[in-house]
Amino acid sequence: MAAADVTTGGNPDRATTPEAVRRAYIVGGNRIPFARTGGAYVKSSNQDMLTAALEGLIARFGLQDERIGEVAAGAVLKHSRDFNLTREAVLGSALSPETPAYDLQQACATGLETVLGLSNKIKLGQIESAIAGGVDSASDAPIAVSEGLREILLDLNRAKTPVQKLKIIGRIRPKDLAPDAPNTGEPRTGLSMGEHQALTTAQWKISRDAQDELAFNSHRNLAAAYERGFFDDLITPYRGLSRDSNLRADTTLEKLASLKPVFGRNLGSEATMTAGNSTPLTDGASTVLLATEEWADEHKLPKLATVLDGEAAAVDFVHGKDGLLMAPVFAVPRLLARHGLTFEDIDFFEIHEAFAGTVLSTLAAWEDEEFGRDRLGLDGALGKVDRAKLNVNGSSLAAGHPFAATGGRIVASLAKMLHEKGTVDGRPARGLISVCAAGGQGVVAILEAA
Amino acid sequence: MTDKYTQIVGQGLGKNVARKLGLPQPVELRRYKAGAPLVTGPVLVSGDSAGSDDIATTLLGWGLDVRRNALPKEKLGAIVIVLDAVQHPEDLGKTVLTAASSLRDLAPNARVVTISRTPQSAQSPASAAARQGIDGLLRSLAKELRAGATANGILLDDDLATTSPSALGALRFFLSGRSAYVDGQFLTVTSASGMLPTDSDKPLAGKVAVVTGAARGIGAAIARTLHRDGAKVVLVDIPAAGDHLAAVANEVMGTALQLDISRDDAGHRIIEHAVERHGRLDIVVHNAGITRDRLLANMDEGRWQSVIAVNIAAQLRINEALLASEHFRDSPRIVSVASTSGIAGNRGQTNYGASKGGVIGMVRSTAALLEPYGGTINAVAPGFIETEMTAKMPFAIREAARRLNSLKQGGQPQDVAEAIAFLASDAAGGISGGVLRVCGQQLVGA
Repeated sequence: MAAADVTTGGNPDRATTPEAVRRAYIVGGNRIPFARTGGAYVKSSNQDMLTAALEGLIARFGLQDERIGEVAAGAVLKHSRDFNLTREAVLGSALSPETPAYDLQQACATGLETVLGLSNKIKLGQIESAIAGGVDSASDAPIAVSEGLREILLDLNRAKTPVQKLKIIGRIRPKDLAPDAPNTGEPRTGLSMGEHQALTTAQWKISRDAQDELAFNSHRNLAAAYERGFFDDLITPYRGLSRDSNLRADTTLEKLASLKPVFGRNLGSEATMTAGNSTPLTDGASTVLLATEEWADEHKLPKLATVLDGEAAAVDFVHGKDGLLMAPVFAVPRLLARHGLTFEDIDFFEIHEAFAGTVLSTLAAWEDEEFGRDRLGLDGALGKVDRAKLNVNGSSLAAGHPFAATGGRIVASLAKMLHEKGTVDGRPARGLISVCAAGGQGVVAILEAA
Repeated sequence: MTDKYTQIVGQGLGKNVARKLGLPQPVELRRYKAGAPLVTGPVLVSGDSAGSDDIATTLLGWGLDVRRNALPKEKLGAIVIVLDAVQHPEDLGKTVLTAASSLRDLAPNARVVTISRTPQSAQSPASAAARQGIDGLLRSLAKELRAGATANGILLDDDLATTSPSALGALRFFLSGRSAYVDGQFLTVTSASGMLPTDSDKPLAGKVAVVTGAARGIGAAIARTLHRDGAKVVLVDIPAAGDHLAAVANEVMGTALQLDISRDDAGHRIIEHAVERHGRLDIVVHNAGITRDRLLANMDEGRWQSVIAVNIAAQLRINEALLASEHFRDSPRIVSVASTSGIAGNRGQTNYGASKGGVIGMVRSTAALLEPYGGTINAVAPGFIETEMTAKMPFAIREAARRLNSLKQGGQPQDVAEAIAFLASDAAGGISGGVLRVCGQQLVGA
């Protein structure tokens, strides 16, 4: 595909990286096993889990007392007290207390965005090393007081005399006492993420069988990866868990087919999305160690892969122009075009499995001639993803999806896969990451074997 | 650090009651602390050989207060009985009885160390009798000592001076708090290899050490002790123990390697990690081990095979990789954790006993293979050690196991670690193929 064919964005002139810009290497990663909500990590806070993931990374790479250039992480479901979550986790870890940190939040793309942001700082020469990460707990989610009660409490705080205070307290009504729990509903549509995806799944006519098969492959691939010890240097156990608790190594297509649909039951078409082909709410944390070549060499640490580039996109889901989780469909061709690459040049596709339907709708859009012409501005379809290269070590349907932690999980695993693969036809092995996010956003990235 | 009973009988009313009833009266053992003196008082060097003069001179050089004749009523920190020149059992009396008159003057946690020659190399029946006699003498004397004092011996091959590097290394080890729970044991020096450290508080400075089973218990103590002694430590344990492993690794500034040692490529992975991350590999401590206890009559294949696989087959396979590696050629050290169960046996532990006996056989045979590289391999056999594992034993059995040794108490994980750290050091370069028991001179079995 010629870069000039793409009219949707990107700058073909930047197809080659200028010499002045340094490379950002992925040294390795560490995460804690992901646990289904209400399970092993029910008593763990975001800070506990992020600290645990950091501690495992520090132990794996001997980073005790090391002053890392910068640490960035984030959480989607975040308590207001965690305004400095990442810095607090750093202070609770064995890293040098002189390591700076910042929090970042971009819904489910948080983890991948921390990798891209920090990689850019490394490439620009601002820092020599970095740790990217993410964490989420749906078990220990923040619960706010109702908006009515919040206003009353703030007024109460401003009141000066006992009489004023009593008057304000008198304003409290029973309905004000109901807590305001977080949900995955989109603020502008009121629809849950699952209902949004159900619309997209139906639009692209993704069958129940295809979704169940994708879920089945995710479990099978993840289980096989555990069996051959793939995660031995990617995961550190936590609270008695040494594997993702959502993983069902013994699941079958029959079992998946027997589950009742949970989303899209009122759309008029067949409801196809079940608890089996949708990711469950999950708790967990992940981290990725990034560095320049010099820093890695100096510390005698491996260089698994480089972060070649990343791209963000957003769609107008509010007016129904595109599906909520379809932004990566637009981000990927822009990123490929910038580097003059096609799907033929990609050896691993890591497409985050928010729902099996999300992955399959994304693939369908890329394979669609009309969509490629009308929406992506190409000559035809973007291309067909070789299923043998898709999520080969499992993805979120099996592992679970603690929102902000998913990016780090994918980046560290893909970097290891690329390193193992080495070169393909004389060029470094390449992997594409695609993560969809709430708010109609998506972040994608390309990694290359080092 | 001491158990409840030891605390109760250590002072006041409890002490009086225990004494009147003739109950065991363990004391808190003197353990190594950086900067603490090697011994707690003057050292009497007993013996009239040239070798004994050399020892006295060396101890003076170490800054110790050395006596060739004891002063009346003076509390002694140690007695070194040098018997390197005895030719006949009748030669033992004079030197031994000179030392005997000072035994009552030993300070708490004092040390008695004999230095003599290996019976196997004796040239005459009388010489062999004299040398072997020291074995019986030493083990009996160790049982007579009180208040944390221990007696241990150093055996030298015929051509070695009493001041050969590892003889002095062993002497320092036995005199120091590092040997707190070693009692009634011998270390055999077979070569003049080895050298004393320039900094006795950092004898492992510059070394890279691998410890398997390092996530908890004795393995974690080994990692801490090797780190304290100056080594960079690679901590290995099964992936499922990774959280504990990471915590210990971060404590000792080491690196964690989650690895099942029974995997075929474990040796290769260990070497690769040590060399790539830390530039070299000097020391491997085979500590990882499991128990799957059953009477042999009730033993199933799974229990038998898993214990053999982890406790001995994995060590053999890793050693093969180490011996084949060009990165393990610079005075390398292997130390394996055996067990008194592998020496004296233990009911319900035929599989474990076979594996740990196997470790001792492996060590003996491997010594010759490491010799060309100036390398050594030894085993350390712990007795009753206070760990999470022994804390789960039924009370009565635990209490019996704890008291049935000359020191009347269980050992600490650190005690095992100290013996391993010594055997891993340059000072132990002349000691190979042997087994050192860290058991407080366990009374039952062997």
